[in-house]
Amino acid sequence: MHAEGSNVKATDLLWLPAWTLCKREITRFLRQRGRIVGAVGMPLIFWLMFGGGLYNSFQLDGVEGSYLEFTFPGAIAAILLFTAIFSMITVIDDRDNGFMQGVLVAPVSRAAIVLGKVMGASALAVGQAALFLLFAPLAGLRPGVVDVVVTIGAMVVLAVGVCGLGFWIAWRMETTQGFHAIMNLVLMPMLALSGAFFPITGATRIVGWLMTINPMTYGVALLRCSFGGVAEDTASRIHWTLALGVSVGFAVLMVVLSLITARREARQAAV
Amino acid sequence: MSNIVAVNGLSFRYGDRLALDDISLSVARGSMFALLGPNGSGKTTFFRILATLLSPQDGTATIDGFDVVKDCAAVRRRIGIVFQSPSLDIHLSVEENLRHSGHLYGLRGSDLQQRIDTALEAVTLTDRRGERVKALSGGMRRRAEIARVLLHRPQLLILDEPSTGLDPAARAELWRHLGRVRAESDATILVTTHLMDEAERCDRVAIFDQGKLVITGTPDELKSRIGGDCVTIRGADLNRLAADIDAANLGPARALDQALRIETTSATKLAADLMQRFGDRISELTIGRPTLDDVFIHETGRVFDAVKSDAPSKQKGRR
Repeated sequence: MHAEGSNVKATDLLWLPAWTLCKREITRFLRQRGRIVGAVGMPLIFWLMFGGGLYNSFQLDGVEGSYLEFTFPGAIAAILLFTAIFSMITVIDDRDNGFMQGVLVAPVSRAAIVLGKVMGASALAVGQAALFLLFAPLAGLRPGVVDVVVTIGAMVVLAVGVCGLGFWIAWRMETTQGFHAIMNLVLMPMLALSGAFFPITGATRIVGWLMTINPMTYGVALLRCSFGGVAEDTASRIHWTLALGVSVGFAVLMVVLSLITARREARQAAV
Repeated sequence: MSNIVAVNGLSFRYGDRLALDDISLSVARGSMFALLGPNGSGKTTFFRILATLLSPQDGTATIDGFDVVKDCAAVRRRIGIVFQSPSLDIHLSVEENLRHSGHLYGLRGSDLQQRIDTALEAVTLTDRRGERVKALSGGMRRRAEIARVLLHRPQLLILDEPSTGLDPAARAELWRHLGRVRAESDATILVTTHLMDEAERCDRVAIFDQGKLVITGTPDELKSRIGGDCVTIRGADLNRLAADIDAANLGPARALDQALRIETTSATKLAADLMQRFGDRISELTIGRPTLDDVFIHETGRVFDAVKSDAPSKQKGRR
């Protein structure tokens, strides 16, 4: 046997590994039925319980339509976030006791790991959220084809953002328990204060302020604009351009932070 | 360059704890080399440094002339790592795992397919290629791991405790395949182990203890340092018997697991003396060539505690 790899192009050590890691993510997901149920089922049940349960209890200020209708884009955001969390939590064990060990000693760029994982998890998140769109008629919603296409585009932006955030957190975690703690402390409040369940217009000043600095707020607003085919989300009064700008900026920032972290901490990762 | 691995003055600390203390050693190209030591001896830290997963705080390590820290990409192309814990995705088939792994090395297409066929052939897993890894036995999984790291034709295979969790039959099979891999390639094989009989199969052995490299040599060289044979005694109340043997100037008798061991240049005479004086307290007496166990005791003054700290308990389960 002889030294190999000298004839391998540099791009083959970025996009080919990234693609293969992305594909592996999707393949293994499709073979674990429980994860599909968890990621779509839970938001669906919560949406039907709260949306249906509170159907006639609240009439939200400045919001037209039922509570079920109001929370539909929020349920999409929840699916995207849960899928990102479930996908990224596997990074922690996988790195010390699994497939990722072999990836870390292969001559692949750390960027390939980030891109592969984020692309794979985003594809899963968007796939599941797109499936959820089939439930729209339950809320009395009948979106047009263009709205659905634009919404899926918005989902992609949001998915990359939350998956990047998940990777950035998971890569620095030593244990899955630590990730759970961050999930409860940071990720759940991000979802709760995103305007997914109540509009920013009716919140107290502090909560309103937290919602304003929460990037998820703009993601949910983007979903509302795209799904409703409107230029401005009436619940948050965020224009689609601002929503898109913040969401794209958040996605780029999270991927960049993940790249930096993966590069810097790769050598300590497997202690 | 006759040495594939050259390590010089390597040290590593976890916080205040010194895990590796000034290690220097070299591994000849094409050889089979064992890093032998009990758990906590530093051999896994050493393994992780060679695998480019940890950077040493002091000293250097090169593989094929490339520094494991500065030229880690070049090193990674030259090494194939088999981890103690599984690194195959159990939800994927053997072949899917191999294909993903090949892609990580920039391999693709018919070239990759050919390498997968050859690697599966080398570990006799060709007929299991389509099965999910979770359906395979422990021994087959370990062989599939070896197939995975053969794809990019590494110059150096590094295996961390490869027999962990395998039954004796699967262990024998694994070593048969390692021997075959070695015979069919000029790859160097470096194995960490806490099992003496595995170290005995290698051309050279480096004994690690408490973060230090105690001694390096061929198994025969190491055993010949004892300068004679070993008499092993079993019986009741071994501690008192050891003290009495020492007092009679027939020792020193070292306590092993359920036995006493005495190194000697004239085993038959010692055996006769022992039977004459303590025959009623000895239930069994055997004369044998020294083993690496004896070498470990001889060099470190400590009993190799591999039995107590057997590796499977160390391994975390898959989640």
